[in-house]
Amino acid sequence: MDYINAFWVGGLICALAQILLDRTKMMPGRVMVSLVVLGCILGFVQIFKPLQEYAGAGVSVPLLGFGNTLWNGVKEAVDKEGFIGIFLGGFKAGAAGISGALIFGYIASWIFEPKMKE
Amino acid sequence: MNAIKGTQSIAFSESPYLVSAGSVAGKKEGEGPLGKYFDIASEDDLFGEKTWELAEGTMQKLACMLALKNAGVQPEEVRYLFGGDLLRQGIATSMGAEELQIPVFGLFGACSTSGEALALAAMTVAAGYGDLVLAATSSHFGSAEKEFRFPLGYANQRPLSSTWTVTGSGAFLVGKKKSRVRISGVTIGKIVDYGLKDSQNMGACMAPAACDTILQNLMDFGRDEKDYDRIITGDLGYVGQSILFDLLRKKGLDIKENHMDCGMTIFDQQTQHTNSGGSGCGCAAITLAAYIMPQLISGEWKRILFVPTGALMSTVSFNEGESVPGIAHGIVLEHC
Repeated sequence: MDYINAFWVGGLICALAQILLDRTKMMPGRVMVSLVVLGCILGFVQIFKPLQEYAGAGVSVPLLGFGNTLWNGVKEAVDKEGFIGIFLGGFKAGAAGISGALIFGYIASWIFEPKMKE
Repeated sequence: MNAIKGTQSIAFSESPYLVSAGSVAGKKEGEGPLGKYFDIASEDDLFGEKTWELAEGTMQKLACMLALKNAGVQPEEVRYLFGGDLLRQGIATSMGAEELQIPVFGLFGACSTSGEALALAAMTVAAGYGDLVLAATSSHFGSAEKEFRFPLGYANQRPLSSTWTVTGSGAFLVGKKKSRVRISGVTIGKIVDYGLKDSQNMGACMAPAACDTILQNLMDFGRDEKDYDRIITGDLGYVGQSILFDLLRKKGLDIKENHMDCGMTIFDQQTQHTNSGGSGCGCAAITLAAYIMPQLISGEWKRILFVPTGALMSTVSFNEGESVPGIAHGIVLEHC
């Protein structure tokens, strides 16, 4: 059941993003950033957590999850360290994801070359 | 004497000849409907080089050498080279022309560059400043996507209105040496800007410029559209073509019957997933070199108006939210 919920919720998020890419003039970067911001907002209004309990990786893997991670990181850091936490929390919480993307991207660039599209 | 015609045109009294042409194309172009006409259709889009930019330079050099070879002319005999491409500072032209050691003028007219280069080459020859002059342009899908949209490594999705930058280079030898095709006149286009801002819909940005240049050409030369066997635009694509027809219809002109667009001819829209069609400096150039030239040489077409169209986009102005202005140049080519 967990798999099914993750599949349909995750699929729905991706399908909505695809509609934005296909039907609007929004550049891809903007669609991605919108997802991250939406994740922050869902975290803020406390919808994200119950959603994640229901759909698991279906909501945490798309960019929504990254937005929520940023929000949680900032929130915790502010609780602990006060004002300066606004600047510390997001990067600390996102560190593993961001560094992972950079490092794996770099390793991939050793092995693969960009190819012409078909 | 050369006659200045109307406000934007020249009718050469002693028309320079289009002596020869060379065309180099990439893999996808080679698999397209015009594949069999190109001098070279490479299986390797890198042309043995390390980067897309070097590959584009190599294509331009190859195209120039083919044009020279097809006319039996040595590089030393060529007085000037008018060259251009889509990259910043025209690096494909400078890297490509380096080895040829022909004095160079670097041009930028976006995808209309082949028209700009041909017009300047014809004017140079007609004015007596050179007996043989080269005009060359190129574009490469890999380098153009990196320059204007997203690098290929990013693997973005392409909207349906987008065109496919042609990987190819065309070179033309213009001169006093006799051949079966002459450049009898040119119409230089103005910048036309309808305020469109979509970098993925170039056809719509360029169609107003094509309309303007075609009308001006007919007015300056006192012709109507029937005087041309074909009116051939560069890379409006399917989207741009319908806009051009609409714009011309409003001016009381219908060119549906004798219109052709290089961007719609070079790829098969059904099987090659190129969306709105082909684009880029190379699109009009290799279609002219490989497909249009032979029709003019054989006399199948007696007189055509070649109108390569350019969307003068810069990534800087685009990021600053400016619109994409269009330009189009008209080249009158005649069988002789």
